[in-house]
Amino acid sequence: MCLGIPGQLVELSTGHEHLARVDVSGVTRVVNIGLLEDEHLQPGDWVLIHVGFAMSKIDEEEASLALESLKMMGQAFGDELEAFRLSKISPVA
Amino acid sequence: MRFVDEYRDPTAARALVAQITALAGDDHFKFMEVCGGHTHTIYRHGIEHVLPPSIELVHGPGCPVCVIPMGRVDDAMWVARQPGVIFTSFGDMMRVPGSQGNLLKAKAEGADIRFVYSPLDALRVAADNPGREVVFFAVGFETTAPSTALTLLQARDRGIRNFRVFSNHVTIVPPLKAILESPDLRLDGFLGPGHVSTVIGQRPYRFVPAQYGKPLVTAGFEPLDILQTIFMLLGQIREGRCEVENQYSRVVREEGNPKALAVLGEVFELRPHFEWRGLGFISQSALKLRHEFAAFDAEVRYELPGIRVADPKACQCGEVLKGVIKPWECKVFGTACTPETPIGTCMVSSEGACAAYYNFGRMHREAAVTLGRMRPVPA
Repeated sequence: MCLGIPGQLVELSTGHEHLARVDVSGVTRVVNIGLLEDEHLQPGDWVLIHVGFAMSKIDEEEASLALESLKMMGQAFGDELEAFRLSKISPVA
Repeated sequence: MRFVDEYRDPTAARALVAQITALAGDDHFKFMEVCGGHTHTIYRHGIEHVLPPSIELVHGPGCPVCVIPMGRVDDAMWVARQPGVIFTSFGDMMRVPGSQGNLLKAKAEGADIRFVYSPLDALRVAADNPGREVVFFAVGFETTAPSTALTLLQARDRGIRNFRVFSNHVTIVPPLKAILESPDLRLDGFLGPGHVSTVIGQRPYRFVPAQYGKPLVTAGFEPLDILQTIFMLLGQIREGRCEVENQYSRVVREEGNPKALAVLGEVFELRPHFEWRGLGFISQSALKLRHEFAAFDAEVRYELPGIRVADPKACQCGEVLKGVIKPWECKVFGTACTPETPIGTCMVSSEGACAAYYNFGRMHREAAVTLGRMRPVPA
């Protein structure tokens, strides 16, 4: 829960202004980007994600560092990635 | 990999360690790394073994799983067992021991407890189950609290009335104050937390140099980040400065994330008191839902038992969280208390100091040699 995981924006949601599809280590899910609305995020940008919310915009270098560090954590990162994989965030009607 | 190699470059690490050693001279310095993520980096990469003996690192209270007191886990289990309730929690919290077992045990006994990755997933469960009460076990520092806040705003705006939050969100500054006031610990400075600072920025730490005369440098999570931060702390001390500095400026901004802070302020207010595992009650150290959100507040909806449970006598998490003792100095470390059967919270989370020691302590010497090949340590 406390791990920030780096993701790359794939697509901004057209239906809901604060949602975007991101790719984390090959897993694509939806996260909320409302806290970064001043950053004018675009596909290809990297963000640090905590519990389904993009908390900081980061550059590719930082994303690469963060991902390598997470991989070294072994099971803790595996658990976080599995939780992310099971996430079903989508616009709530 | 180019980027990663730069931050783990043995030549750069060796140069930094030499500078740290020279600056420290014959004096002894004790620095606290506040954040559990830093603790993890320090053990994972064997940093304590490449530092000179003049530099001692102590581990702080910045692990949100580690600071939840047993009584709150008992309350969570009580709520989870109420008829009609679906209780949702981050996976990290499932094995945290209360006085009567943990959430996994309650689940095995029939309570409807579900892991979620995000509070938004919990909100989705509520939207999909309008006939049930869906409670989200909210934990974490300012890193995760804005996520809970935004989720509550969505619940309100979309009229999802069966969603409740059991807030255990805590704030980072009050425990720092408590540690600075603690008579049994002498510190020379802090490695400031990384991710929390992306939200709160650098200003909230100004009291550390201003009132307590200790430098604080916000640190990144790479081995070289940690070494550079220690170098910056020593540099301040040797130059007679005492300030808040930011080593992790590639991510942390001076002002933090104003949007996240605004959302926090809209949804939460400070509790008068909150109990921290091992640290006792700390004033204005935790977040409760504002009155306007009472309909979503599990503490208003349910009459929680709210029993205060003393920490197990054998467990010394409090002293570990304050940096008074090292994890291995705890009486039950690695014997009665292991990651498989934790007694204390510090052994539960992968970022807890005890779990980090337990998992990586045995690798220290090898890891240190691999990182820097600088001071081969006899086995």
